[in-house]
Amino acid sequence: MTVSQVGASGALRGRVLVVDDDAALSEMLGIVLRGEGFEPVFCADGSEALQAFRDSRPDLVLLDLMLPGRDGIDVCRAIRAESGTPIVMLTAKSDTVDIVVGLESGADDYIVKPFKPKELVARIRARIRRNDDAPAQTILVGDLEVDVTGHTVKRGGEVLSLTPLEFDLLVCLARKPGQVFTREVLLQEVWGYRHAADTRLVNVHVQRLRAKVERDPEHPDIVLTVRGVGYKAGPA
Amino acid sequence: MTRILMAVSRFFLAVPRAIARIWRGSLWLRVTLTTLVLSVIVVGVLGVSLLSRVTSGLLDAKERISVGEASAGLGEAQRILDAADTGPSTPSASRLVDSAVSALAARAGSPSTFDVLLLSSQPTGNAPERGTNLVAETSVPASLRLAVVESQRQSWTYTEIKFLDGRTTPGLVVGAPLLVPTVGPYELYYLFPLTQEQATLDLVRSSVLTTGFLLVLLLGFVAWLATRQVVVPVRAASQTAARLAEGHLAERMKVTGTDDLARLATSFNAMAGSLARQIRQLEELSRVQQRFVSDVSHELRTPLTTIRMAADVVYEDRDVLDTPTARAVELLQNQLDRFEALLVDLLEISRFDAGAAVLDLERVDLVGLVQRAIDGAQPLAERAGLDLRLVKVADSCPVDCDPRRVHRIVRNLIENAIEHGDLHGVDVSIAEGPDAVAVSVRDFGVGLRPGEAALVFNRFWRADPARARTTGGTGLGLSISLEDARLHGGWLEAWGEPGKGACFRMTLPRDRAIGITESPLPLDMDGDDADGETTPMIATRAAVEREDPSSSPAATFVINGGKQRP
Repeated sequence: MTVSQVGASGALRGRVLVVDDDAALSEMLGIVLRGEGFEPVFCADGSEALQAFRDSRPDLVLLDLMLPGRDGIDVCRAIRAESGTPIVMLTAKSDTVDIVVGLESGADDYIVKPFKPKELVARIRARIRRNDDAPAQTILVGDLEVDVTGHTVKRGGEVLSLTPLEFDLLVCLARKPGQVFTREVLLQEVWGYRHAADTRLVNVHVQRLRAKVERDPEHPDIVLTVRGVGYKAGPA
Repeated sequence: MTRILMAVSRFFLAVPRAIARIWRGSLWLRVTLTTLVLSVIVVGVLGVSLLSRVTSGLLDAKERISVGEASAGLGEAQRILDAADTGPSTPSASRLVDSAVSALAARAGSPSTFDVLLLSSQPTGNAPERGTNLVAETSVPASLRLAVVESQRQSWTYTEIKFLDGRTTPGLVVGAPLLVPTVGPYELYYLFPLTQEQATLDLVRSSVLTTGFLLVLLLGFVAWLATRQVVVPVRAASQTAARLAEGHLAERMKVTGTDDLARLATSFNAMAGSLARQIRQLEELSRVQQRFVSDVSHELRTPLTTIRMAADVVYEDRDVLDTPTARAVELLQNQLDRFEALLVDLLEISRFDAGAAVLDLERVDLVGLVQRAIDGAQPLAERAGLDLRLVKVADSCPVDCDPRRVHRIVRNLIENAIEHGDLHGVDVSIAEGPDAVAVSVRDFGVGLRPGEAALVFNRFWRADPARARTTGGTGLGLSISLEDARLHGGWLEAWGEPGKGACFRMTLPRDRAIGITESPLPLDMDGDDADGETTPMIATRAAVEREDPSSSPAATFVINGGKQRP
């Protein structure tokens, strides 16, 4: 389980791997990221992205979907297969299908070009920020034991491997068992959106979370759907 | 009882309707039945005329022979009687009559070809009357006897010959006066039975009937066969056409021979081939178009992102720049916003044009969605100094829709109302009906001139090109909203009157398959204003129903033929 770590030079707020083939955009992203106190690492080719990821051990990956060498979706799957590191997709396509495919391949969030630097930084911060000041706490939800400080989820002693985002989503719901969260509220609490955004983000990640924590994802008893409203955590 | 009567009458109404349907529905049946009916008529007429010709021919011949025979017999009888008249030695009356009748009977041969009746014209009873072979006196009709007595000449008629043993047979009776010496006037009747002729006629009639019946059957069969040759390929063609229309573009007709039907099949196949080719071409074009749009999107967006970020970095530092440069950076920033919005809208429109837009349905609360749109537009409204009000709220209004698109529609309508409204503010209403939900956005600003309501949804259309652009909309917002509403199977309608403001109403069906019959919200919400404006309002409604906005002082435009609520 990858836990957010302070970058190599302690003053930085985190290391960001930028995977994009457009040199100008990469450089510009570097300027903005450095300005915000992040340490950017660059990779311009999809086939080298996984190696770059292993070498740099970033806190977050900014991943363009259209890449030479290896498709962004592929890279996303490969990274997700070995790590829970937050991935934010950069996409020029706002079409439903592309975004859903991206999210389903493991991206935590996406941002559509053209975006404003502030928007990008907000997305990155929301993914890197950790609740380090959260009280040491263990929450029980269904037959799961959620250790909030240790970022682990156990079912009867067996550790379930969740990405930080899935963990945050589960903790958000589990802290107030029985309370219904609308998708908008979840977007705000977990993704850090300040205004309404794409609720498909929530749907896709709830599906991914269920696939990992539910005994039967078809008949969930940890993350329950409240039709027409949103989601709630099942009783402990 | 009445129910039974109704059922019966319904049955009697339904049967002819069903027959008429079958009749209209099948060319084959129609041709065959028509041929059958016509051949029955023709064969019937022919048969009747044939029979009457044969009958009259037979009877004429019989009559000629019979009358001749009767005349000869009469002469013979008279001769016998005259010869017997020998004054005082004349035999008794009964012997005279007997000898005459037996002589005549001998002429008839054996078996006799006719019978003879010798009847007395005198009413007194002492004159003996004779007949051959038990023939009854009543066989001679009274009218014939009268005719013979009065005219004193030979007369004949057709009648029924009766025998004393009860037999009857159709026959011809020829009568003539005869004077029996010493007894007085008599009438001699020849009775010719028509048994032979009757048999002949019966035979002819049955032959005509059988032949006619067979002929009709044959004609019907021929018609059935001939029509079948045409109808079967035509039906095959129609089935193929139907399959083609369903989208099976590879469907073709079978071509056999070189006749007209084969030519039909060939041309049909040529048409199908050309259609399929064109459809494939269009599909290819559409794919190329979508691909192009997608590529343009990517290619434009990446440099735009870089520009955007660079401009932002400079913009953040505008405090250290000199005034003109700072202003330039500000302008750059604003126009980049506009450029971005325009690009997004253009791509959205081209996605609609390519038919690539798909609904992402989800059950959402319309009230919450509209509230979010209002909250989002609040800063814009505050800058314009007008109120955004949510009126007529149902507490919640769940509906299946694509929330992204519906939110975009409502946001566009609200922003449009803010841009064109005045200080009276903007009313946003939500209502639900049995089959639809609606949101209307009403402003009280400049309104729309007659005819303009039809134009507001046009791309890049502006109410007044000279007017300052305050919110900097792209000019595509309402067009996109209309497409979004259409994608939902819903309506987007506009109403406006100069100086009274405008109203835009979005109506979404609860079930896309069922559609909308009526919007739960009125389009012109001040229709009940008591300021003497009733007449133009009624005219407006009429204009809605006629869908002719140009004829009324107010302009209303209805997409999808919406009906106005009274």
